[in-house]
Amino acid sequence: MSALISVRNLTRVFDVSKPWLNRVIERLPRALLTAVSDVSFEVEERSVYALVGESGSGKSTIGKIVVGLVPPSEGTVEVRGVDLSNSADRQAIAAVRADIQMIFQDPFASLNPRWRVRDIIEEPVSVLGGDTTGLAEKLLEQVGLSASDVGKFPHEFSGGQRQRICIARALASEPKVIVCDEPTSALDVSVQAQVLNLMSDLREEYGLTYLFISHDLTVVQHMADVIGVLYLGRLVEEAPRDTLFETPKHPYTQMLFEAAPRMDGFGRDIDVPQGEIPDAINPPPGCAFHPRCPIAVGRCREERPEMRKIGRTRVACHLAE
Amino acid sequence: MSTPVLSVRDLVVEIPTRRGVLRPVDQVSWDIAAGEILGVVGESGAGKSMTGNAVIGLLDPPARITGGQILLSGQRIDDLPRDRLRKLRGNKIGMIFQDPLTSLNPLLTIGDQLTETILEHLDVSPTEARKRAIAALDEVGIPAAAQRIGSYPFEFSGGMRQRVVIALALCAEPDLVIADEPTTALDVSVQAQIVALLKRLCRDRGVAVMLVTHDMGVIAEAADRVAVMYAGRLAEIGPVREVLTAPRHPYTEGLMASTPLASQGRARLRQIPGAMPRLEALPEGCAFHPRCPYAQEKCRHAPGPDIASCDGHAACWFPLTNAAPLQEAGA
Repeated sequence: MSALISVRNLTRVFDVSKPWLNRVIERLPRALLTAVSDVSFEVEERSVYALVGESGSGKSTIGKIVVGLVPPSEGTVEVRGVDLSNSADRQAIAAVRADIQMIFQDPFASLNPRWRVRDIIEEPVSVLGGDTTGLAEKLLEQVGLSASDVGKFPHEFSGGQRQRICIARALASEPKVIVCDEPTSALDVSVQAQVLNLMSDLREEYGLTYLFISHDLTVVQHMADVIGVLYLGRLVEEAPRDTLFETPKHPYTQMLFEAAPRMDGFGRDIDVPQGEIPDAINPPPGCAFHPRCPIAVGRCREERPEMRKIGRTRVACHLAE
Repeated sequence: MSTPVLSVRDLVVEIPTRRGVLRPVDQVSWDIAAGEILGVVGESGAGKSMTGNAVIGLLDPPARITGGQILLSGQRIDDLPRDRLRKLRGNKIGMIFQDPLTSLNPLLTIGDQLTETILEHLDVSPTEARKRAIAALDEVGIPAAAQRIGSYPFEFSGGMRQRVVIALALCAEPDLVIADEPTTALDVSVQAQIVALLKRLCRDRGVAVMLVTHDMGVIAEAADRVAVMYAGRLAEIGPVREVLTAPRHPYTEGLMASTPLASQGRARLRQIPGAMPRLEALPEGCAFHPRCPYAQEKCRHAPGPDIASCDGHAACWFPLTNAAPLQEAGA
């Protein structure tokens, strides 16, 4: 199988310095935040690749780079062999771009409140000059709403229904890849189940590939084929779903699994994770996880671990085996 | 059994509007004993936060309590005048809100906020209050508490801020703590720390905790008993293990089934069709019947039975008796 998306050595640095006058007066250095640091992975066609991590791990930034909302500082994103940020062939880029769509976290913020549902859904097609006859009606029924809803405004819908509209909009241009950034985090459990089921059905029907970004391990475990775990902008572990959940190799992954609340964990007393995510402006030297790591040794403090392949897992840890 | 710390009896909260009176909380009753954590779950709009606010007397007008009683250690508190209630808040009842940034004053150091609360409620000298404030910060696990007491809220991370809020809620030694979605804004690893902290404080100090959350996992791990709310009413209440593994109300069963579980793998999630009804358009009969797979004729007309009348468990005409036990999630 060929990789549909291949991300190589992706790095994104944000300049979060104060304005230059403040820097001169207060003698502050430039502050650079490395949101994504040297991340490489490949997504197979018709699979679900999930990125998990806590806040500040860079998962949303990677999603934005893949759809082209944020340019990378270094590294490349190739979709179907076309390098999106550096390729000279504008037409090839435009063609690939139309194949990528995105679903955002907050369905209350991602729909224009002054637009009717029809305009919202048809926009991705009409800007490219496509034919939109009957498109909105067809897509609304596809996502479980009624075709008669096309004339309504977003405020007339509940959170779950709005997320369905977002999904309909993402499907309008018949994309190959949908980047889903926390698509169900703002929804209640019973509505989340509806949206997740819908996404699974659509994937089968249209042969979609999802880049699924979430902090919720149970949702990721339900949806993903391959999972990449991010910590402080770095990919620390990547494995097929079952392998990852059965034998997590990186101490951070192990900690994350242990800390996640479990439905059957009645009165469970867990080993409480130590510390918090460090400041991304001054990340710790060596392995970024070493200050919280229970098994860290001297080498972890100095040398950044490379990605190594162990069985079906790729892991960035000196000690994992 | 001794007097429960909190006893809510047939509580009704109403909001008069131009289009009629809404009932966000309808006939809710429960007890919480000392050292017990009662989890309150439900989806948005179920009335769980509203119940918490009613108990602490922080309902925003025009919402008001129109029926029932709230007893704190056997004493009625729902009809107290404002100034008496104000003394009670913080002193006997502590509150932890969802967003730690908005529940702290950004212009005051955390030390000022803690000592202010302690001086207001306890009869101690300012020096003693400061000492207690440091001890409170120490207890919730803030490193180098004596140095950090002069820091402002923005200097703390989200998890640390939530610890400060917990210290603030506990510094006047209340008997009851109402925690409204205390971990929702936090990351998984920090959430685990805060849940462990709440459990420890509850165990060590014998505080009664009302833990409002929508996360069934947090409930399973932290709560002793759980109350499930739907559209302002209590759907089911009971010991956490019993309710979660053998739910009797179809709504609880649906809620459990729609939560993705490790053991199910990629199987389709069982979904509850539709969404929670809005308060101005509550269906006749049992509020859950339009979404209920087991609904019968009776459910369409008669409102769900009183929870006390059906073995104190589920407010359902046809409670599930031999529900398939929850599959134990594989580690």
